[in-house]
Amino acid sequence: MADLVSHPDEVRVVSRRFGLGATELDRYLELDGYKAVQKALAMEPDAIINEVKNSGLRGRGGAGFSTGMKWSFVPKQSPKPKYVLCNGDESEPGTCKDRLIFEHDPHAVIEGVMIAALAVSSQTGYIYIRGEYRYLSVIMQKAIKDAYARGFLGKNVFGSGKDLDIYWHGGAGAYEVGEESALMESLEGKRGIPRIRPPFPAVVGLWGGPTVINNAETLASVPHILLGGADWYSKIGTPKNGGTRLFCLSGNLEKPGVYELPMGYNLKKMIYDVGGGIPNGRELKAVVPGGSSTPVLLPEEIDVPMDFDSLMKAGSMLGSGGVVVLDDTNCIVKFALRTMKFYQHESCGWCIPCREGTDWLKKTLTRFHAGGGLKKDIDNIQYLSENMLGRTFCPLGDAAAMPTIAFVKKFRDEFEAHLEGKPCPFEEEGAVEQLPVLAH
Amino acid sequence: MQFSAEFETRFGEMLTHYPTKRSVLVPTLLYAQDEAGFLSDEVIHEIAARLDLTELDVRNVISYYSMLTTKPRGKYNVQVCTNIACMLRGGEELYAHCRKKLGIGHKGTTADGTFTLEEVECIGACSWAPAVQVNYDFHENLTVEKLDKVLEGYKK
Repeated sequence: MADLVSHPDEVRVVSRRFGLGATELDRYLELDGYKAVQKALAMEPDAIINEVKNSGLRGRGGAGFSTGMKWSFVPKQSPKPKYVLCNGDESEPGTCKDRLIFEHDPHAVIEGVMIAALAVSSQTGYIYIRGEYRYLSVIMQKAIKDAYARGFLGKNVFGSGKDLDIYWHGGAGAYEVGEESALMESLEGKRGIPRIRPPFPAVVGLWGGPTVINNAETLASVPHILLGGADWYSKIGTPKNGGTRLFCLSGNLEKPGVYELPMGYNLKKMIYDVGGGIPNGRELKAVVPGGSSTPVLLPEEIDVPMDFDSLMKAGSMLGSGGVVVLDDTNCIVKFALRTMKFYQHESCGWCIPCREGTDWLKKTLTRFHAGGGLKKDIDNIQYLSENMLGRTFCPLGDAAAMPTIAFVKKFRDEFEAHLEGKPCPFEEEGAVEQLPVLAH
Repeated sequence: MQFSAEFETRFGEMLTHYPTKRSVLVPTLLYAQDEAGFLSDEVIHEIAARLDLTELDVRNVISYYSMLTTKPRGKYNVQVCTNIACMLRGGEELYAHCRKKLGIGHKGTTADGTFTLEEVECIGACSWAPAVQVNYDFHENLTVEKLDKVLEGYKK
């Protein structure tokens, strides 16, 4: 069980019930549980969609697309069944927020899926939880069972005459499956290979039916929006970036943890005030602001509001809310290598630019960190990465390339410090096995 | 091939959740592996037969998912995260310590069959790094000393 933290600047919306025993259905009901879905049952589907649109809620998985807009793309009439899919395959390095939602407030996810289903006139939802989170799958299975037992799910939910089924599903270890179309393949019992788009999931998704797929945090936010109103929710954040976000602070911080802060909260304040600053008298070196796939920021770039648009303007991305902080004892080449090792491991191999690109980048960065780099390789890293961008079926290729481009661009001197037989300046002597410099 | 009653109940229930039988495959493989220790030829044959798939279909899926294995593992699978957030807080030191202490490398198993060691990618414990997962149990905010105690606890 993960530890909870708190800070006075927090605005508790999604985390409102954390630590309050809301996994028990009765407790959840005491804490305004299942009120939002009852409200939704009395609304027209379009009214639900409009409320969510007006709230400014944007996808918490990383892409930041308007949730209400996504729902509106689902065709009203469909010969095939429509589905709602909750993406709980949280695996972006730096991100550990959905875990807390499932652990402390599973019914909020169920309720969010129910409301999404009502909004798009679907009768079936799935909650996909990554395989490593077995204890959360157990919690979710019980929560679903309890909801069925009370008649909140199944036939004639809350006496509305509507039928609505929600099921859990489990993964078995794959970052790639967090990508929407790969997740659907996985749920259909296949390898998580992404699908080509268009058609988008809203039109052709699970088993060919129109499908809404949202991140767990996104869906857990929905009941609060319906109860508090779009106006209230949108005003918590910044323009076009409604509400709050669970920020996962990690790395070299005094007080790492998952904090719920308003969208647009200043990153510098997040690091030095909420996160307690850098321990051991060290200096800040770099921040990865939204999970491993987002371009790194320098200390002079962190006076920025943490919302989707501001981070985009700053040349990075808000991503999945994973703020990874590096102090000045860390080697950027090593950090870039570890990041690439991850993407190389997770690339499904379907698209050649991603499969080959991540592999060559890993090899090049390994050689670099081991002192075997050549000056021309610095440009090669850049060139390889740039050639992956936009050339793959899914964003994994971009996710590997974008941070790498930023590492090279912003820390070129550090790459140069590793050239032609020079040992890594950050490692103790002999800690890294030196690799030979290849012939020019 | 005998699975537990709990497995059979869950399997039977899950089949009713989807329009296609095949959809139960990924979670079913993981639960089967939990009971059998690994996905042996016998287990693969059984699951393929139950879901009207070829064994090749099933193997194809197994090879994609990092948690699934066709090779026996020790009783406790010690999964040390060395991804970025854990690396910044000593994940690599924990992994090096495990290698030395257990005398095995990545995906190796101790001679007595107690521990398998695995260097894994992000397990979703970034804010409580460094972290290790032993089978499904999370152990967080670790130091070498704390990890020693954790491993001793499993030996008993």
